[in-house]
Amino acid sequence: MSIDKATVAKIAHLARIKVPESDLGHLAGELSQILNFVEQLAEVNTDGVQPMTSVVEHNLRWRADEVTDGGIRDDVLKNAPDAAEGFFVVPKVVE
Amino acid sequence: MADLTRLSMTEALAGLVKKEFTAVELTQAHIGAMEKTRPLNAYITETPDIALAMAQASDARRAKGEAGPMEGLPIAVKDLFCTKGVLTTAASHILDGFQPPYESTVTSNLWRDGAVMLGKVNLDEFAMGSSNATSYYGPVINPWTGDNPADAPRKLVPGGSSGGSAAAVAARAALGATGTDTGGSIRQPAALCGIVGIKPTYGRCSRWGIVAFASSLDQAGPMTRTVKDAAIMLGSMAGYDPKDSTSVNRPVPDYTKALTGDIRGLRVGIPREYRVDGIPAEVEKVWQQGIEWLKAAGAVPVEVSLPHTKYALATYYIVAPAECSSNLARYDGVRFGLRVEGDSLIDMYENTRAAGFGAEVKRRILIGTYVLSAGYYDAYYLKAQKVRARIAEDFRKAFESCDVLLAPTAPGTAFGIGEKSGDPIQMYLEDVFTVPASLAGLPGMSVPAGLAENGLPMGLQIIGRPFDEETVLKVGDVLEKAADFTAAPPFVA
Repeated sequence: MSIDKATVAKIAHLARIKVPESDLGHLAGELSQILNFVEQLAEVNTDGVQPMTSVVEHNLRWRADEVTDGGIRDDVLKNAPDAAEGFFVVPKVVE
Repeated sequence: MADLTRLSMTEALAGLVKKEFTAVELTQAHIGAMEKTRPLNAYITETPDIALAMAQASDARRAKGEAGPMEGLPIAVKDLFCTKGVLTTAASHILDGFQPPYESTVTSNLWRDGAVMLGKVNLDEFAMGSSNATSYYGPVINPWTGDNPADAPRKLVPGGSSGGSAAAVAARAALGATGTDTGGSIRQPAALCGIVGIKPTYGRCSRWGIVAFASSLDQAGPMTRTVKDAAIMLGSMAGYDPKDSTSVNRPVPDYTKALTGDIRGLRVGIPREYRVDGIPAEVEKVWQQGIEWLKAAGAVPVEVSLPHTKYALATYYIVAPAECSSNLARYDGVRFGLRVEGDSLIDMYENTRAAGFGAEVKRRILIGTYVLSAGYYDAYYLKAQKVRARIAEDFRKAFESCDVLLAPTAPGTAFGIGEKSGDPIQMYLEDVFTVPASLAGLPGMSVPAGLAENGLPMGLQIIGRPFDEETVLKVGDVLEKAADFTAAPPFVA
C-alpha cells in the first residue's frame, strides 16, 4: 500500500496539521513505508476473533451521578494562550 | 560523610532511620549531582527549591515518627507527569509554559509516602521514541558514553522514551525516577543504561495526570538501581484511583516481601520466537546465561511458544498511532501551551500543530489519522485489535505451562545519537522484545545482566502473569544477585 501526496494532504488536513507542499513527497514515502510494514497483519487468520478493546477484563464501574469537582474557572483558564472575562478566546468563527 | 549519591534507596532509608544523615543532606547531595551531570541533558526542569522544602518537611515528619515508605528519598519525575505549578512539557514545544493546576495521582502517591522531587526529566516528545532523540529540549546523552560525554565524538543514546529518567538514575543524579512505558519505554532505557525498570500490569498504576500517548498501553513504573528499590517505589506508585476508569481496585502488596530468593521449582518460560534473526550473539549469550543462573537457583526452564510474536510490532504501530492521533487532538492552541495565530480558527489550529509537534509525533498522528479514517478503519485498526487479541491469547496459553518468561530486553546495546533516525522502522525494532508484553498488558521488568564486549550494559527481561509483579520482582532479585552487576557508567555525579 502506498499513499500519494494528495492523500497525505488530505489526512494532514483531517489531523489539523499544516504541511507545506514541499514536505508532502517525503512524508508520502515515510508513511507508505510504515503502511507497507504493517501490511503483514493480513497474513494472520483472525476469523472469529473478537477485537481486543481492553487489557483488563473488568466491567466499567458505576458511580453516583454527583458533582465531585468544579468551581475552578481560574485554574482552568490559567494556561490559556488567550483568555478574557472568564472565557477562552479564539479567532472569530461567525461572520 | 560517605557520598550520599552512591547509596541505593534501601541504603538511604536505613541511613535516614539511623540518623546518619538527614533528608536535607541527602537532597543537597543530589542537587549537587543534578548540577554536575548537566552535560547529559537529563533534566528539563530542576526544582532545587521545591526539593529542599520537601526534604525539610520530610525531616520534620520523621522526627514526629510519621515516616512513610519513601520518606526523604530524592527522585526525578519524567516530564510526562503533571506536577502542580511546575512546568510540564512532555518534551514538546506545543506544551510551552504549561503549569498544571493539578498533580498526577502517581506523583501524589509518591509525595504522600515522603519522596522528594528533584526535578522533571527529559524524554522523547510525548514519549514517542526509543532513543530520547525526539525531545524538543534536545537529546539526552547516555552516561555510558564516556567520562566526558559532552565532548565525545560518538554520543550514545540512553534509550527511550524514559531516557532522562534512566540517565539520571544511572549517573547517580537521582535515587530513582518515574518512567512510563507504552511499548518498552521503561524497560529498554533501563537496559541501555544498566539500571532496573519495571512496567507493572496495565491498570496497576493510575494514568490520571500523565500526559496521554496511547491510553490502552500507557503504564507508569519505577526506574531504580536495584530490584529492591523498584519494589519499594512501585509499592508507592501503585494503587486504585477512581479518577482512572482502567485503574484496578485490588490491594497493593508489600512488594519487598516477595524478594525471598526462593525460586525453586518455578517454571521459567523461554519463548522460542524471541530467537529472532539478526540479534547479536552477545544478546543470545547473556540470555542463555540468565537461563543458567535461574536454573542454578532451582528454577525449571521450559520452552514455550508465542506464535504471533512477529506481528507484535506491526500491531503496535497501528494501535499506538491511532490512539495518539485521538489523544493529541486536544493540542489546539486554545486551552494551554503554544498558539500560532492564523486567519481563521482552523488556520490557527493547523499553524499551532505544525509548529508545536516534532517530526516523529506528526508522523504518528498522520498514520493514526489514516488508519482510523473512513474506509480504512476495518482494514487496519480493527484488524490490529484482532491480532492484538491473538497475541494476548499466546501469553495466556504460555502461562499454562510456566510461571514467568525470560527474554532479552533490547536487541543490542546503546547506539549512537542519530544512527537509527533515518529509518523509522529500524528505530521501531528497538522495541521488538518489549512490545508484545505491552500489547497484552503484562508486567515486565528489565534487570542489568552484564556488559557486552563494547563495555555497554545489557538487560534481561522478566515477563509475568497479570498482577503478578511479585513473581517478576522475585525472579529479578535472583537474577540481580547472580549477575552481580556492580559496574557504574564512566560518567557519574
